[in-house]
Amino acid sequence: MKKLQSNLKYLGLFITIFLFSILFAVGSVMYDGFFSLQVLLNLLIDNAFLIITSIGMTFVLITGGIDLSVGAVVALTCMLSAHLLEKVHMSPFLVIPLMLIMGSLFGFVMGYLIQSFKMQPFIVTLAGMFMARGLCYVISIDTITISDPLYQAISQFRIPLPFDSFISIGVVIALVTLLAALYLANYTKFGRTVYAIGGSEQSALLMGLPVARTKILVYTLSGFCSGLTGIVFSFYMLSGYGLHCIGLEMDAIAAAVIGGTPLTGGIGFMTGTLFGVLIQGVIQTLIMFQGTLSSWWTRIAVAFLLCVFIILQRVILSKKESRKVLTNTAAKAS
Amino acid sequence: MNKTNPILKMRNITKTFPGVKALSGVNFQLYAGEIHALMGENGAGKSTLIKVLTGVEKLNSGEIFLEDQAILARTPSHAQELGISTVYQEVNLCTNLSVAENIFIGREPMKPGRIDWNTMEKRAEELLGRLNIRIDVTKTLDNYSVAIQQMVAIARALDVSAKVLILDEPTASLDASEVEKLFTVMRQLKQEGLGIIFVTHFLEQVYEVCDRITVLRNGALVGEYITADLPRVQLVAKMIGKDLAELSSCSKLDAADDAGSKEVYIAAHNMQKQGTIYPFDLDINKGEVLGLAGLLGSGRTEVARIIFGIDKPDDGEMLIQGQKKKVAEPIEAMKAGMAFCPENRKSEGIIANLTIRENIILALQAKMGWSKYISRKKQQEFAEKYIKILSISTPSSEQLVKNLSGGNQQKVILGRWLLTNPELLILDEPTRGIDVGTKAEIQKLILELASDGMAVMFISSELDEMLRCCSRMAVMRDKKKIAELAGNEVQESIVMQTIAGVH
Repeated sequence: MKKLQSNLKYLGLFITIFLFSILFAVGSVMYDGFFSLQVLLNLLIDNAFLIITSIGMTFVLITGGIDLSVGAVVALTCMLSAHLLEKVHMSPFLVIPLMLIMGSLFGFVMGYLIQSFKMQPFIVTLAGMFMARGLCYVISIDTITISDPLYQAISQFRIPLPFDSFISIGVVIALVTLLAALYLANYTKFGRTVYAIGGSEQSALLMGLPVARTKILVYTLSGFCSGLTGIVFSFYMLSGYGLHCIGLEMDAIAAAVIGGTPLTGGIGFMTGTLFGVLIQGVIQTLIMFQGTLSSWWTRIAVAFLLCVFIILQRVILSKKESRKVLTNTAAKAS
Repeated sequence: MNKTNPILKMRNITKTFPGVKALSGVNFQLYAGEIHALMGENGAGKSTLIKVLTGVEKLNSGEIFLEDQAILARTPSHAQELGISTVYQEVNLCTNLSVAENIFIGREPMKPGRIDWNTMEKRAEELLGRLNIRIDVTKTLDNYSVAIQQMVAIARALDVSAKVLILDEPTASLDASEVEKLFTVMRQLKQEGLGIIFVTHFLEQVYEVCDRITVLRNGALVGEYITADLPRVQLVAKMIGKDLAELSSCSKLDAADDAGSKEVYIAAHNMQKQGTIYPFDLDINKGEVLGLAGLLGSGRTEVARIIFGIDKPDDGEMLIQGQKKKVAEPIEAMKAGMAFCPENRKSEGIIANLTIRENIILALQAKMGWSKYISRKKQQEFAEKYIKILSISTPSSEQLVKNLSGGNQQKVILGRWLLTNPELLILDEPTRGIDVGTKAEIQKLILELASDGMAVMFISSELDEMLRCCSRMAVMRDKKKIAELAGNEVQESIVMQTIAGVH
């Protein structure tokens, strides 16, 4: 790719991928059985749902917004699909599209409020989060186990791969989502407008881009991803519960930031987000293999990483600024 | 090209904002294949005219014709579709996107189902090549200087097949060689038959590239001139204008003519800041009104900001009453006895959501330190005292400042600084956007303060009020102090010639 050449902004992305490789290599050297395709694939299997929701989040972050509702919408999707499947006995072929529509609609309403009333995304999606979380408990305060045969089958289904390894349906959905996101972000007018809005909303308006429509669509997209995440998560957990995915939105934001998407908007990488999720996953796996540390050390490691990456982004940015000043004065001197 | 029929005609354009008539019955016409300067001081209505033309603001009445078709742009993008493109002073592009994308976003060349990046980059290179710019179009825009960014903006404007190109102060942040490059491009586009409206404050540039000049003042058309037939002095005269008749007479005080007490309050030596102001020496005496004359962008405000410690000078020193003193921050300037009413009343002066009392008390409180308590009763007394002295028209001192008129807001800021009992009062455009009566009041007050022994530094775009108030004048041009006028030299023709650079 010609575009990748010598652009400082890709540095964050490369560092993320590099760091993931290092962490994986460290694990392979330190622990027997770590270096296998299946350990790598398990990272995908265990984090498929997080990948999907993080991709939705990345779009929102690129516009300079934020979506705090995703965790709650995922929980609501799980809860509602469990309820519809188990209590209403609705067909799963009806439930799945219904859930996608609900997620999208949820995002659309939030996007509409944010755009039309010029409200802060933070506060609107916070309200959305409370709303979705509250609705979960209206449906039931207990766990509803999903015993639907199709869900059971999908949950257990293993797609065999060479070297005795396998992936789940969730992984396939996550990877398809990633491909779709890459296409959307880099090869469509919608995607480029998203970047333009993040660069400067004012400029985007003056360049005649459909800013309002795109912003609403971005939250709709994030809502859709949450709905899809909810479906994948219910394949994974086979239950609906009001406490599912608490704090998922924060994991998603962390994944995006580690993947090179700053909260200031305008820059963001779908591939980076994938590796942002995988880094969190590999740290978790490392701690599991280590055996004695509490799993909460994952959080501490992620906290540390976030700090490092935010500082790194700052440094890259200021490097760029100073370089620009240099070229300017050089031009003046000549 | 076709010189008989203008490509763009604006007839009787009127636009009012609440309380202000920004444009009244302005006519403007532009021919294809000419560069037309739109000139006027601050508040003359240049930007409003541009905004009305490009659909940013709705006009109240009037007609616009593009190639004899009546048009009315609803939004900037609608104006673009009609063939009117604008390149603004602050480049309105997305610096996080590539150069090619900035030119084509919204109109990207497509292959079935996806953006055709290769074609886009090739066409961007061609388009920039037309402007003699050869750069890597795949790099993000923030890799390039403002000058290049401006060229990219022009390339974008050209690609929408513009008939009219508006350049709104494009040279403000460019250096000499970059300006030259821009002019080459402008001349080339003119050859190609484009009509270019060029908004600028720099006289030299107008005489270098423009064919005709339209001058606006106070929202009204002064006239349309052929550049070659209009001497600089006359252009300056037309921009600055004469409003003598409107203002109540308040003659210069005799005391001021004697050049005051001649006790130097502040002496600045060789103060400078790279890219902002060239080295200058300036003495300000007690009991005199020193004017800083010059056009907008000539460095008037910059001098004031450096003296008050808002901008840090690279070099030079300042003596306050004979003592060498470093003023690194406004609070130090305040403690040294200075006060500064900034140019931009709304964003740098008033705190709109506080009451008159709270606004007036602000500078004194800052000067005393935030831990010192000023009793409510005391605050009330201060506020009422200045409401009375300055005759601020308000029902009470508890009125929110945002509810006052511009003139009264200005008086509140004046009151705020007078309360600190300053020895030097710096006033940057204190009468801008204020009705005639209040203007006269403020001018009278300035003279009274000076005769009481205060040193006053006065900046204004209106030459008349400068002439009326100032006993001495420093003239600025192109970020340089070029002359100091005193006594008999402080008269209209001399000042104007000095500003225009003709001797």
